[in-house]
Amino acid sequence: MIVLYVALAIVVVLAVGTIVWRRRRRRVAPSLVAPTRAAMPDLLVSETAPIPSIADEFTLHDRLASSRGVFDRVRSISGTGELSADQLELVEEVLLRSDVGVTTTSTVLEELRAKGAPDGVVTALRGILRDSFTAERSTTTRADAGRVPVWLFVGVNGVGKTTTIGKLAKRHHDEGRAVMLAAGDTFRAAAADQLEQWATRTGSDIVRANEGADPGSVVHDAIGRASARGLDLVLADTAGRRANSTNLLDELSKVRRVADKAPGQVVETLLVLDATTGQNALSQAREFLAASGVTGIVLTKLDGTARGGIVVAIERDLAIPVKFVGVGEGVDDLIVFEPDAFVDSLLGA
Amino acid sequence: MFDALSERLDRLSTSLRSRGRLSDADLDEALSDVRSALLEADVELGVVRAFVEAVRERLSGEALAQSLTPGQQVIKAVHEQLIEVLGATPLKITYASKPPTVVLLAGLQGAGKTTAAAKLAAWFKQQGRQPYLIAADLQRPAAVEQLRVLARQVGVDVYSEPSSPLDVARKGLAEATRLGRDVVIIDTAGRLAIDEALMDEVRAIADITSPDYTFLVIDAVTGQDAVHTAQRFHEALELSGLIVTKLDYDARGGAVLSARGVVGRPVVFASTGEKIADFDLFYPERMASRILGMGDVLSLIEQAERTMDADVVAESAGRMMSGTFTLDDFLAQLAQVRKMGSLGGIMKLMPGVTKEMRTAASNVDEGELNRVEAIVRSMTPKERRDPHVIDGSRRTRIAKGSATSVSAVNQLLKQFNEMKKMMRQMGNGPTPSMPGGLGRMAGLAARGASRSEQLPAGFEALGAGMASATTTPRGGAGKNKKKKGGRVTPPKQR
Repeated sequence: MIVLYVALAIVVVLAVGTIVWRRRRRRVAPSLVAPTRAAMPDLLVSETAPIPSIADEFTLHDRLASSRGVFDRVRSISGTGELSADQLELVEEVLLRSDVGVTTTSTVLEELRAKGAPDGVVTALRGILRDSFTAERSTTTRADAGRVPVWLFVGVNGVGKTTTIGKLAKRHHDEGRAVMLAAGDTFRAAAADQLEQWATRTGSDIVRANEGADPGSVVHDAIGRASARGLDLVLADTAGRRANSTNLLDELSKVRRVADKAPGQVVETLLVLDATTGQNALSQAREFLAASGVTGIVLTKLDGTARGGIVVAIERDLAIPVKFVGVGEGVDDLIVFEPDAFVDSLLGA
Repeated sequence: MFDALSERLDRLSTSLRSRGRLSDADLDEALSDVRSALLEADVELGVVRAFVEAVRERLSGEALAQSLTPGQQVIKAVHEQLIEVLGATPLKITYASKPPTVVLLAGLQGAGKTTAAAKLAAWFKQQGRQPYLIAADLQRPAAVEQLRVLARQVGVDVYSEPSSPLDVARKGLAEATRLGRDVVIIDTAGRLAIDEALMDEVRAIADITSPDYTFLVIDAVTGQDAVHTAQRFHEALELSGLIVTKLDYDARGGAVLSARGVVGRPVVFASTGEKIADFDLFYPERMASRILGMGDVLSLIEQAERTMDADVVAESAGRMMSGTFTLDDFLAQLAQVRKMGSLGGIMKLMPGVTKEMRTAASNVDEGELNRVEAIVRSMTPKERRDPHVIDGSRRTRIAKGSATSVSAVNQLLKQFNEMKKMMRQMGNGPTPSMPGGLGRMAGLAARGASRSEQLPAGFEALGAGMASATTTPRGGAGKNKKKKGGRVTPPKQR
């Protein structure tokens, strides 16, 4: 029967195509993809204000405990042993409100029900959540002899890839590494300018190309130059892309293959996730893992009211470890992920 | 966008279909499924609760329609409630009597404000306005450059200066007035709703520019937090509505329901892709229907627009109508279909296709399509033009060439003939054997074709038939068509 379905699809496509054909004749839509060859406009606005840093007084605990309410009620659950329906419902609400997701929440509730709460509900729940974060989460800057280590940054649009690279460049610079930035986002307008400002700010080198250039060649170029100059690490930016487009993911796989060719070696592929994202984050993780072999997650924008509970599901289902957490706009506002602090913050403790 | 949700409700309707009337237990079960579906779609917990209660009320109310099965009643109630929450009609943008009309955009970092600003400017331009952009995001590095590059692509001027956001807004507005622009769009820096200092700043911008419209730009894949964000921005700025971005990301998009449900302001615009043109007014009814899997031809068109080679399609459509569709056309169209995505995906957007067919189509795997393609490619050009010349020895050769069997070749040829017959029938009128919407579409198309002289007009009618084959009223393309296309009026039912 397959031909029948193809036939139906073809009929649909013919009809739709006709509409498209007519619409195209009528108007030529301006397009974001049109690569601009012209030189970029001069920087009209440079830095207008020093970027404040809240990292000094920051603790994940402070920031995440900002919205209480139901979380307080969970902590106030007393009693041990068998859990009542009300208690379970309260726990469910906390998890759902933190974006942990329906499926993972019911798994956690099952476990909680099975284990009981000999030392109180909060302790039991904390233990179960803590057990979700068992993966190894150290990062490496070491490559094989003669190769330049590359960290590749991937993710959807607007999650904070470029900003994360800026912050990590600062971190590596402070730890004494000579860093090269590769402006592999050749799609978004002015993405390279944004990265260049971070390069200046953190004292890193940068390789960039015109908008619309091949991202693979930019990354390749950056690796070549880093290798020639004997730099320690390449941080490679990529364009934000939705996770449900095969073409865009294929393009990303290609960039990764290019970056992994000698003298380069991809030692970390970091998926940048926005903490405000809901269940879609799980699909993002799954697709980017398949396309680019993600080795870790950077969870950004945790300084807002979002709790980022979806990473519980991601660590449980896909075993991708969260490695860094973004907690503000300042250059130092990127900290190493700590499961204990994160779980506490989820529970509003 | 809400595929996951519609799938679940679909399953729900199957399980309820056969039962006579809706018992309390059935209702609880159905509503619990609705609840899970909404939560999986990232709708905020409070909004979910209110939604489920409202649906329950609708169902336990007196007049349950006699003609509907229990499953249909649940679906109907959910649909009505969705439309109520999403708002029944799109917001109509009106312009200030004393120009310029000021539009202020605010939102979290990374929601897509800058891109939305440029797309909005392009939209206003398309409406015959003269928009002007003000780049008041001095926080993020290179945000101003980004807006300038985008603005140049849409041909709109940008005001910016390295001072303070407030000064930029004030002077930009003055400049717009001086230049006689009638719409001003102010792009502001991304900010957290809990950052008091930055919220004060955006409030100050609103105070001195007194915007006619203040839009919160919100990411469609936002989770439970969408509600907090919307609430706080609404408290600070008194939003007139929402702009939802990245609506092409996911099957869910529950943030739309959450934000809308909590602040009670309509979603005004939706951005559904990376191109400037992927931006339009938001149509609640269209979204609600789509959530429930009623098909969405407009989305199909948009998808096609992004992927297919329209000229190739138009050419084959002509031959299809005249019954001279060849295997070459088949091959070319198969390629177009595959470019658009999976067969299952296409069928899902098609109204009137039964669930059985959808399931079957989504089970067709790539390998089978590859085999079909290989068989056709193993034929000579002459064979493709006229399959009648394919005799026994040719069949053996084709089977060998495509690494399949003679019976596979036979089957393909037989089905191709049936397909041609079907297409020819479509040229003569509707066929009862075809699935609902498709049959109707084909019928409309055929009648349109018989009335038109030149070939392309046939496809135009085909298109018109498509557009009217859905049950939902639509704006967008349908409306444009009537306005600009002139001659393409949907054929009357006989």
